Amino acid sequence: MVSDPLTIAGKTFRSRLIVGTGKYPSHAVMADAHRASGTEMVTVAVRRVDLSDRSAGSLLDSIDESRIFLLPNTAGCYTADEAIRTARLGREVGLSNWVKLEVIGDERTLFPDNVALLEATRVLVREGFVVLPYTNDDPVICKKLEEAGAAAVMPLGAPIGSGLGIQNANNLRIIREQARVPVIVDAGVGTASDASIAMELGADGVLMNTAIALAQDPVAMATAMKLAVEAGRLAFRAGRIPKRSYASASSPTEGMIAAGAGSSRTGA
Amino acid sequence: MTIRLNGEPHELAGPITISALLAALGIDPRRVAVEHNLRIVKRDRYDETMLAAGDEVEVVNFVGGGGHEWGNL
Repeated sequence: MVSDPLTIAGKTFRSRLIVGTGKYPSHAVMADAHRASGTEMVTVAVRRVDLSDRSAGSLLDSIDESRIFLLPNTAGCYTADEAIRTARLGREVGLSNWVKLEVIGDERTLFPDNVALLEATRVLVREGFVVLPYTNDDPVICKKLEEAGAAAVMPLGAPIGSGLGIQNANNLRIIREQARVPVIVDAGVGTASDASIAMELGADGVLMNTAIALAQDPVAMATAMKLAVEAGRLAFRAGRIPKRSYASASSPTEGMIAAGAGSSRTGA
Repeated sequence: MTIRLNGEPHELAGPITISALLAALGIDPRRVAVEHNLRIVKRDRYDETMLAAGDEVEVVNFVGGGGHEWGNL
């Protein structure tokens, strides 16, 4: 495949698939799925160390950090302050200034609180963070986040963990058209075709967790997602044909054996 | 003396450093971040940062996640 890397804030990734590290049946399955997916960036959550059970191996023992870049997230944060505090802690654990910024506004849908998100983005950009905000499929908020200094925008395809696929293809296309930073479709992917659709719309990458981790065979699904993202990207770059309402024959219309005097389609 | 560690009361024999606390808990300091009374303590200051009675300490690490889980800080 032609080299077509994803570049965010000057850092280059060969894979356009970003995956999570939650909900897997085991750390071993996760590691195999990460390998199969070809991913070079995984998201991790920042949480209190479990002091009652120190027996479980660290998550990081199962991530090949020589190949995979860690992207701390602020998942589960409901206010700008909480997200900022979590981002700072994540920077301290991981020693990188990248953060997948999430500020959730609603418990049932896990839709982002875009007002708080924008506020937290401004603060963290000022502090030197590379901010990748998870946001709605709304071109206006994506533009504002970019103006606030976000290194990429990460609009959702559908609610987190829903597996509904791309719900508003037109908005994602508009977001891609206007954005000058990478657009990563984050959340909502259920199966491989959803990832392809996102990439065909022009997304620069796709981020997913549940679709792989909770598939019956996470490693096989990780492979499927890798291929789907590559296929979608290739199709986008190849340039699809325009859609049209009526047929356009693929075979020559000249030289048909029945052609000649007296023959006519209307006689059929 | 008692400190609050990750939101729970935690008994200590006396004032100790963050390094000593982590060692006593069996925690690898390279894999965590520590907040002391809401201020992040840089790793190279663990040896010299003393904990006193009533201090609030948070020790966090990376766990699996991608979408959402509940915040618990």
